[in-house]
Amino acid sequence: MKKLLMATAACITLPLAAFAQDKPDAIKVGVTAFLTGPASVFGVPAKDAAEIMAEQINEAGGIQGVPLELTFIDEGAGTEVLTTEYRRLVENGADAMLAAISSGNCKTIAPLAEDLKVINIMWDCGTQKIFEEDSYKYVFRSQAHAGTEMLATVAYLLKTKPDFKTIAVVNQDYAWGRDSWDIFSAALKALRPDVEVVGEFFPKFGSPDFSTEISRLQALQPDIILSTSWGGDLDTFVQQAAQRGLTEVSTFVLPLAESSLERLGSSLPSGHIVGARGDHYWNHPERRDDEDFKTFMAKFEEKTGNKAIYPVFHMSQGLAALEAAYDKAAETKGEGWPTEDEIIAAFAGLEFQGLGRPVTLREDHQGVEAQLLGTSVQAGELPFATLENIMIFDGAELTTPVGEESVAWVGALQPGWVDTLTVDTYEN
Amino acid sequence: MNLTLFLLALFDGIAYAALVFIVAVGLTLIFGVMRILNVAHGSFYAVGAYLTASLTTFIVSAGLPPIFSFPCMLISAVLVGAVLGGPIEWLLLRRIYHKPEVLQLLVTFAIFMILEDVQRLVWGTQPIFESTALQLLGTVRAFSVNYTVYQLILLPIVAVLLLFGLRFFLRRTLAGKLITATTEDREAAQAIGIDADKVFLLTFIVGAGLAGLGGALASPTTSILPGIGADMIVLSFAVVATAGLGQIEGAALTALLIGLGRSFAVYVWPETQVLVPYLIMVAVLLVRPEGLFGSPAARKI
Amino acid sequence: MSIRIIIPVILLVLLALVPFAAPALQVLLTLALAKGIAVMGITVLLRSGQVSFGHALFFAIAAYGGAFTLMLMPGADLVIVLLLGITAAVLSGVIIGLFVARYRFIFFAMLNLAFSMIFWSILEKFYHYTGGADGMRLPRPTVLWMELERGNYELFMFYLALALALGLGWFSMRWLESPAGQLFRTIKTNETRLQYLGMSPQRVMLNGYVLSAMLCGTGGILMGLVQGVVTPEYAYWIRSGEMVFIAVLGGAGSVPGALVGAAIYEIVRTYASAFAGDVWQMVLGVFLLIIILFAPGGIAGIYNSVMVRIAGKREEDE
Repeated sequence: MKKLLMATAACITLPLAAFAQDKPDAIKVGVTAFLTGPASVFGVPAKDAAEIMAEQINEAGGIQGVPLELTFIDEGAGTEVLTTEYRRLVENGADAMLAAISSGNCKTIAPLAEDLKVINIMWDCGTQKIFEEDSYKYVFRSQAHAGTEMLATVAYLLKTKPDFKTIAVVNQDYAWGRDSWDIFSAALKALRPDVEVVGEFFPKFGSPDFSTEISRLQALQPDIILSTSWGGDLDTFVQQAAQRGLTEVSTFVLPLAESSLERLGSSLPSGHIVGARGDHYWNHPERRDDEDFKTFMAKFEEKTGNKAIYPVFHMSQGLAALEAAYDKAAETKGEGWPTEDEIIAAFAGLEFQGLGRPVTLREDHQGVEAQLLGTSVQAGELPFATLENIMIFDGAELTTPVGEESVAWVGALQPGWVDTLTVDTYEN
Repeated sequence: MNLTLFLLALFDGIAYAALVFIVAVGLTLIFGVMRILNVAHGSFYAVGAYLTASLTTFIVSAGLPPIFSFPCMLISAVLVGAVLGGPIEWLLLRRIYHKPEVLQLLVTFAIFMILEDVQRLVWGTQPIFESTALQLLGTVRAFSVNYTVYQLILLPIVAVLLLFGLRFFLRRTLAGKLITATTEDREAAQAIGIDADKVFLLTFIVGAGLAGLGGALASPTTSILPGIGADMIVLSFAVVATAGLGQIEGAALTALLIGLGRSFAVYVWPETQVLVPYLIMVAVLLVRPEGLFGSPAARKI
Repeated sequence: MSIRIIIPVILLVLLALVPFAAPALQVLLTLALAKGIAVMGITVLLRSGQVSFGHALFFAIAAYGGAFTLMLMPGADLVIVLLLGITAAVLSGVIIGLFVARYRFIFFAMLNLAFSMIFWSILEKFYHYTGGADGMRLPRPTVLWMELERGNYELFMFYLALALALGLGWFSMRWLESPAGQLFRTIKTNETRLQYLGMSPQRVMLNGYVLSAMLCGTGGILMGLVQGVVTPEYAYWIRSGEMVFIAVLGGAGSVPGALVGAAIYEIVRTYASAFAGDVWQMVLGVFLLIIILFAPGGIAGIYNSVMVRIAGKREEDE
């Protein structure tokens, strides 16, 4: 019956649609995400979120009256399948692409999108190098990069633990683990030159066992242990560290732990620093009372049984950017459906809001996104740690200026810089 | 490196080696008897780990005492061997024994691919962490460093028991002797009335069960997530090839070598940690092409 | 002309027309051809009865060789990149071949695996030079010192891959029939006989090994150039396994089978991941099982038996 009604509705509106110039039947968007492999901890929730959001957008009448149609590509199937599928979707008329989670895939896809002349929104990858090494016409980023995220982490650490003397790092041995440590250590060296780095460990990606590293860390007893690991690696590391009492001796700084809070349960004790790659938290202090936020969170929990984690927020920003660009282009044009070039023009200086604070795009297409960090607390109401002493940093102050290279820029910061930052603090 | 650090590295190495041995011994047993290098061994490991975690979660939520998490491990291992290993041997492998070994290897590769997706369909993509068994045993303190009793004491004990248990099984029991006889000479064994099919089935079930046991024992110490099987296979292959194919005692020693090499690498030069198993394997094979304990007589493989 | 020759010729003509008839398939088939060339390397080795579980090593070495060439000599021409990439694969083939040529069967497979995994670890470790897991870019080079747009470049790469596949395939088949190739195949049938003949099995093995490394390298550098990026995954053991998989799918030991196998594999895999979303591995696994259990001769085997049947019918008719 519902189908019949919709078909009738379509028949009625069809002649009307024909008058509007070239209004497409659907805005086709391809989304790449890890549906298999270790990074599916991010990809699968993001996919679930994207489906809910597309449904919400379409229920509200779509983007400028045109429904959104999502197709997903599995990043876990390897680079060849990814690029082949990416091309196929573009050749079949995809209007825009949201790619990718992996920084490596972003590096592959950015020049490809440029050649295929398709709008590509980098919705989740962390590498800062893409816009620092090249400039693109068709590629945009709806979120911050590793530089902003690491600098926010350093800032939170210096604000909450100003007196620490020693630090050790345990990162995954791949580009993200290395790059993030390069930025973090450069910033730390500039802002607190007296801090001693007592250990640098890069266990292999997907390592099932950190026992040896933990033994060494217990012998070293650093004040701070940094780990930008994520997913199963982070869970294993924190669990094994907690089992052996390391979490009682040192303070952990975990810039991606927001995505592991629920899984870690009681294993992450109070007092450790948790980051979220942006202002992403299921209980976002500035957004939790907003209607749209509450509705979405309820839907997401109902669908997945879990709290939303940062890739969900990133996905919301990617889709919001797209929607905002279409709206802005249509508004500028006044009548008729905007062309691709008009939509690209609309991306300049675009402001859009997903589930977090509003994000703006700079002239180099880099998104400026606020950063949220907090300290874990086992409050007892939920079976896992929540955040307290939450700070939300303004993104603009933390993002490498246009035309500069992140590691060099953070390395030139002066001690005391942290005190100049705009911060909003919330108890929980 | 002072004595304390040396001992710490030693402890870590032994704990790690124990787990590697338990997984690799199943692979080497299957290879020794059936001459099949079983890529699906990694999947059995993963399924064993997943099953244990699920069973333990169930037991804990049912309010049963946490000590029951140990029998859960055994149950999972038996299930992996009997429910997964048995039918795979019976339905698939049995049909390809007369085919070239590359086909046999690829059949196990195909099973591995199928089981990877089966795991994901059953257990999802989110990492699972279920450490009831480990927490039950608590920690010990050595040189101001905490170790879990589970990893430092229980796992090595299980590994040693397994080593002697297998030796006893293969040399002293009838089933074991039948297996050994079939390994030595299949035709002769059949000529004197040994049912080689049954022996193969038994071996595969035991071998798969050991992989499952490895996964079960590993489950409280690590996150279980898609892909854990793939890593374990390569490591076990390295152990088996270095030891000499079918060498159970050799596998024990090689696992120890790799475990210690890895933990000392973390203390001395962490960047080489990943390379250690492969470097050991290449070094050993270049000097002794048949592996540390393999017999130099060329076998028809 | 017999039907046995007509069918491949028709297939080739169809393939050569793909860029015009089915442009959507063009890049997919370029990748398949590149992979097919690499699989020919495995196929050659299979003729000596040896399986390598680490030949992705040469695939990766050539691709990284090309990436480094483009990094150190920006603006290097395609010809130079291609030749240097293949040279890197051949050189490493000689060096590693010297080590592994005396091993057989599982030890041969394992040792190759170990070497490829060492290389893989190095690629991941020395990320300041290799870009770690993100890999290295291969910016589009000039073709014979001409700048090409992506469209033309891809068209050129398709025909280059096709030409290389045919040329190298023809060469490999000729080589296998040559005296050197005959000796090489003796390793499978009766290695002792080689020694009685006064030949060194190691030398014979090394020849074939270097050829296979060269083929894998050619496939790798083509793949890298078409993809525009090379990652450590090129050297990972799953990639080596995939090559063996395709070799068996095509028909173990059949050089044309390697190419057809690669095309079928690539198409199945792409469509499985497009339409079976998260169970593409299972689809591939089942596909492989069916081939092994019911058509162990692979595609070449199926093709031959069909041809024999047709030929038999014809004789009956006559």
